[in-house]
Amino acid sequence: MTGGPRRRARSFSRLTPYLFIAPAVILFSIFTIYPIIASFLLSFQTRQAGSYVFAGLANYARLISDDYFLTALLNNFTILAIQVPVQLVLALLIAVGLNSALVRFKGAFRVAYFMPAITALVAYSVVFVILLNTDFGLVNYFLHSILKLPKIDWLANPFWAKVGLMMAITWRWTGYNMVIMLAGLQQISGELYEAANIDGAGTVQRFFRITVPMLKPIILFAFILSTIGTLQLFDEPYILTKGGPNNATLTAALYIYRQGFQYFDFGYASAISYVLVAIIAVLSWFQLKIGGADSD
Amino acid sequence: MIERKNLIARILLFAGLIAGAFLSLAPFYWMFIAATHSTGEIFALPPNLLPGKHLLSNLANLQAEVGLARVVFNSTILAVVYTIVTVFLSAMAGYAFAKFQFRGRDAIFFGVLITIMVPYQATLIPLFSTMAKLGWINTYKAVLTPNLANAFGIFLMRQNMQAVPTEMIEAGRIDGCSEFGTFMRIVLPSMRPALAALAIYMFMFQWNNFMWPLVVLNDPKMYTIPVALSSLIGLSRIDYGQLMLGASVSTLPIMAVFLILQRQFISGILSGSVKG
Repeated sequence: MTGGPRRRARSFSRLTPYLFIAPAVILFSIFTIYPIIASFLLSFQTRQAGSYVFAGLANYARLISDDYFLTALLNNFTILAIQVPVQLVLALLIAVGLNSALVRFKGAFRVAYFMPAITALVAYSVVFVILLNTDFGLVNYFLHSILKLPKIDWLANPFWAKVGLMMAITWRWTGYNMVIMLAGLQQISGELYEAANIDGAGTVQRFFRITVPMLKPIILFAFILSTIGTLQLFDEPYILTKGGPNNATLTAALYIYRQGFQYFDFGYASAISYVLVAIIAVLSWFQLKIGGADSD
Repeated sequence: MIERKNLIARILLFAGLIAGAFLSLAPFYWMFIAATHSTGEIFALPPNLLPGKHLLSNLANLQAEVGLARVVFNSTILAVVYTIVTVFLSAMAGYAFAKFQFRGRDAIFFGVLITIMVPYQATLIPLFSTMAKLGWINTYKAVLTPNLANAFGIFLMRQNMQAVPTEMIEAGRIDGCSEFGTFMRIVLPSMRPALAALAIYMFMFQWNNFMWPLVVLNDPKMYTIPVALSSLIGLSRIDYGQLMLGASVSTLPIMAVFLILQRQFISGILSGSVKG
């Protein structure tokens, strides 16, 4: 067996791995790397007489005093500050409930809660358009005819439109996050809980002393995903409200679409998208930094 | 005493979970029911919660309004072709990154990986210009090509391919298989669960994809289901029966796959969670 080691060392042609990665890498360079660079360059250009010319930081300067852009960013951050925590807390509570030894039919519950996460964003949004209809929607029917509360002008009132949008997003993503957390919970050793029981810890104490700290990496992961998703929010406001009423649900992505594909101001739209890139990068970095600081 | 407290806790917990599950599922029930009603019946008070008689007329209207058959065909062909090509390209690249030593490997892989962090909006404008220059607006290729090489798919396949025993690959080589033959006949078959999970994720991504098709498709004949739905909601008089039937058509195939392949489905979607 003298040939063994030599064959192992030089058993493939030098070219082989490059041939395997070539199709993906070539496509990737054309359709991902090039556009990322091109839109960065475009963000410093403006259109004059049909062609794009270098304009320095003009697009970025314009952003700072663009009320629509600032409104859009504020809307994104409002949703981030309210909807994301609500959704993650709900997901965690449901996951803990499902994981408890008391509950039967875990599999069926998991399917039921996960179901919203399979729907197309557009499809569930059109369903919510009707559910949230002011005069005929099921939500107002329940509030008005059964609970005898006043009807709410979902989708047409700037405040309630935001609430309605957040309700819809919460419906779509809570189960998804719940399944992520449930997978994490199942990794926590039962011995930890038994030891806590012997020490006389109650349910609430066990939740805050064991579950939350042990699950922290997973919660952080879900938090970063939700943050990125929220900052890129497009399909739901596009369908539910078109960004209205009075721009109450205008998001940054919706504004990029508007500037790029309705006003065809590619330079400005690119500048907005790069601000979004920067915000997402900074926020993710902060979340990792804060989340990682006291974890070990 | 503890027994009793336990029982109450169990009942409360169970009631809460049932209520949550009800909220999760009720919109689906309502969507399917509303697909069988006319707009007037959908907006009746108290609401109609049982199936109606307008399924066929909604179907006919939807066909007349958006060309449902063609739209479903577009979505299907796009999702199937996209899934096959993307999974295959990801597997090839992932295999090379996992099982070969070559110059530049780590740098190239890192270059691919870092783009996962960049939101797709940042590529939208130049991609659109490229498609316009190529004359690809309103074509399947315009919808498909930008995501064919998928950073996430490559990453996932590389992770999974590391589990392929090197001895197995060498056995293939010794038996006289070509490198590509080894990959096709030995590596890929051993990767079936990971390929299935990735395929489910990619199929759903393309089937549900909205913003990019919205940008590159403006001929109603080329619309995918989500784009057709969004065009319905832009009409001055919206036919809600049609709309709910369209939403049902969009949801049913994915729901069927989900109910049949729950485990693979959830692992597929969760493995894809990097793309949110």
